[in-house]
Amino acid sequence: RQFYQRARRRKKLIGNFQNDLYDQCLQFYGQPPLENISLTEFETFAVERLKLLKTVENVGVSCGKSSEQYTKKLDAEISSLNFPHRGGISEYEKRRKDHISHFILRLAYCQTEDLRRWFIQQEMDLFRYRFNCLHSKHKTDFLHKNNLKYETVSAEEKKNLKDKLIASSYGLSGTKVEEHDVYKVPFQDALDLVRTRKVYLLAGNAYIPHHEIVTIVLNDFRTRLSKALAMTARSLPAVQSDERLQPLLSHLSHAYVGQDYSIQKNIGKISLEQIDALSGKSFPLCMRHLHKALRENHHLRHGGRMQYGLFLKGIGLTLEQALQFWRSEFVKGKVDADKFDKAYAYSVRHMFGKEGKRTDYTPYSCMKVILSNPPSQGDYHGCPFRHSDPELLKQKLQNYKVSPSGINQILELVKGMHYQLACQKYFELTHNVEDAGFSLNHPNQYFTESQKLLNGGRDIKKEVDMSQRSQENPASVTHPSQANSKQAHEEMGDLDSFFQDE
Amino acid sequence: MSTSDYDPACLPDLLPIYYRRLFPFSQYYRWLRYGGVSKNYFQNREFSFTLKYDIYVRYQSFTTQNELEKEMPKMVPYKIDIGAVYSHRPSQHNVVKSGTFQALEKELVFDIDMTDYDDVRRCCSAADICSKCWTLMTIAIRILDRALREDFGFHHLLWVYSGRRGVHCWVCDDAARKLSVAARAAVAEYLSLVKGGEETVRKVVLSDPIHPFINHSLSVVERYFQQYAIVDQDILGSKESVDKVLALLPEDILSFPVDEKDPMKQWDRLCDLVERKKVKAKKGGQYFDKEIMLQYCYPRLDVNVSKGVNHLLKSPFSVPMISLICEELERPRADEAEEDDMKDQENEQEAGERRRIRDYKRTSLAKYVKVFDRFLEAMARSRKGEMLKKSDLQKDF
Repeated sequence: RQFYQRARRRKKLIGNFQNDLYDQCLQFYGQPPLENISLTEFETFAVERLKLLKTVENVGVSCGKSSEQYTKKLDAEISSLNFPHRGGISEYEKRRKDHISHFILRLAYCQTEDLRRWFIQQEMDLFRYRFNCLHSKHKTDFLHKNNLKYETVSAEEKKNLKDKLIASSYGLSGTKVEEHDVYKVPFQDALDLVRTRKVYLLAGNAYIPHHEIVTIVLNDFRTRLSKALAMTARSLPAVQSDERLQPLLSHLSHAYVGQDYSIQKNIGKISLEQIDALSGKSFPLCMRHLHKALRENHHLRHGGRMQYGLFLKGIGLTLEQALQFWRSEFVKGKVDADKFDKAYAYSVRHMFGKEGKRTDYTPYSCMKVILSNPPSQGDYHGCPFRHSDPELLKQKLQNYKVSPSGINQILELVKGMHYQLACQKYFELTHNVEDAGFSLNHPNQYFTESQKLLNGGRDIKKEVDMSQRSQENPASVTHPSQANSKQAHEEMGDLDSFFQDE
Repeated sequence: MSTSDYDPACLPDLLPIYYRRLFPFSQYYRWLRYGGVSKNYFQNREFSFTLKYDIYVRYQSFTTQNELEKEMPKMVPYKIDIGAVYSHRPSQHNVVKSGTFQALEKELVFDIDMTDYDDVRRCCSAADICSKCWTLMTIAIRILDRALREDFGFHHLLWVYSGRRGVHCWVCDDAARKLSVAARAAVAEYLSLVKGGEETVRKVVLSDPIHPFINHSLSVVERYFQQYAIVDQDILGSKESVDKVLALLPEDILSFPVDEKDPMKQWDRLCDLVERKKVKAKKGGQYFDKEIMLQYCYPRLDVNVSKGVNHLLKSPFSVPMISLICEELERPRADEAEEDDMKDQENEQEAGERRRIRDYKRTSLAKYVKVFDRFLEAMARSRKGEMLKKSDLQKDF
């Protein structure tokens, strides 16, 4: 589409536009932006919005979306990001960024079903939060401005159904029914309310009181975004042929924004003898599973070697230790020492940045484990909560002595596709705590938090040698806390190597 | 319905007869064709068969009624499942470009299985059913049928005995067949009140405000509860079963009227205690008596069966009480004219049709096919109405 093909190094802005263009803090993203922006801004905006969406996801995952803390926590988190928040003054720049970044991410997230689903879910949650922040009058304004007309129920029908309406909707009183509109939509457009039985249904229609109108608007939002993504996917080949954009877009759809555990904090603090014990105590289920498979079969396929090998690097294994670890295990199987040195040692060194491109690989985040490279027969990698059959998962958890009620809680979370939450629950059950105290999104984070808990809140004792660290990892990335374009650019460069699986 | 008359050993002999002479192919085809409004609707439908020796084959599909009539007696399936209508012919799914073979539509289905009630019925367990616990199916059908029609606006529902231990509901409206996975799950959740597995004791929790759907359901349950639960299931009849009921009540209602011998009166006394507690309590938790009734009687559905567009479900007319029906077939009839057979030479197909109709009319299958016919008629009328509406709008005359 035009906008993307015109992205150029120079920034152009039409001054008077300011007043009309972004006068509302919330929008439906119906029209793509029509200006030119620099590549730098393109990248920065994209990364920042991704961070915003990941924040929305994380808060939703750590508090239930219908809980009170959810809104409060979102308030706290979003206000510190540089995006429109509660219609403050001089929000022009933020709104412009909001608009443009949304469209950029559409490009990155339109390509597969999984990506689309993720993107739509986070954008919907963000939209719902923002819509609910609006005053009632502004809500009505929004409907008008966006030409959203929903069928309302006649006064007479309202009177006839009044008692039923009050009995079906939370917080609805007789006066509210009389004074405000009640909307009538096909039940397929109000599934959230139907599923939880929080709405009155008659003859296939859902009767929605005004204060719940966000549901209908959200549904509209979802339908439009879904269609738009499908269209975007079709015009994607043209965009991807632009070689300035292609690498960025493919990185974005896999990007993990947050601590990436590439800096080895605890190098050499773990001895190989500890690994068996650690796997039961402090490894997340996926890594415990991989370790067990490795011990039993004396072998792991490529996907498993990558996922587990990088994790081990992340917890502090040195290259020498890693080589010894893998060799001793493989040699017990069908591989002799020679063959190991010829075929497998190379890939271990590769993981540590000592071969080939000599860029440092970073351990996989939960997102990456869950979304990419699903395991097939003979594989042990992936996320057990996502990729294991619930029956097998249940058996495994039983073998690991998780309580039956705990298993049920986990299975419920799995059913709702909250894989990381399920793992968090696994953490809580195996460490005997009520609340994990963190929002899980990286296997190495699981390990670190577990060790912290088991060591009484202290980090592993040995000091980290600063100079040694910077020598070993010339290409390592720092925590992307600033929305600085240079930083973002470097980040993108490293993410490049991040995903070059052989 | 005892299963003593059903001898699986006769299946190999009887099944071919069933498929040659009794299976209502034309009605079956008429059903799944849905008036031919959508192209290739029947051709793109997946069937799966369980054959002799438990061999299971998927992605079966047929192009015409004729093909169906020829193939089924040849393959002699022990069990037939119906799946979704796909984007391409299921039998050719392997040659279709990867990713493009998709399940598009299917009826909205519900499966009520008696084994899901094992924790609350005392007369039978597992695949056994008797007239006492069959009431649960009656309750389930009444509640779900009303809700699907009145709340969700569906019209064409086919309720079928699933052949062993429960019932299936096939919702065949256009709108139902087009529902997404999320919508099916939402409908199933809306209809679910009994939640929790082995680990959950109190499986029904009611709080204000009580949704109209729950009230409707309660009125059905209340109609049957006394006779079904107190008398037939005798849930207050032994210490063990009383304890199960007590486990659903708050601790302070442990003063159970043990002196009362008449179970009906016991139940009344229990409801009294709940009433008194309700008056005292400030908020919440005053519906214990209703919760108990629902836990013992309310329909338990498997959401997973309803959710999936591509989920395969046992077909109506798949292996009925076959020995009974085949016996009926073989009984000599004095009053039948034989000259029909003379006409066989003219047109094999027509003759086969006539024979088939005559045959199943002799058996108890007849009344079921009649019900099925009425169901198909209703759908045809509704389709006609839709088309008239459409052509009116387009001003065709």
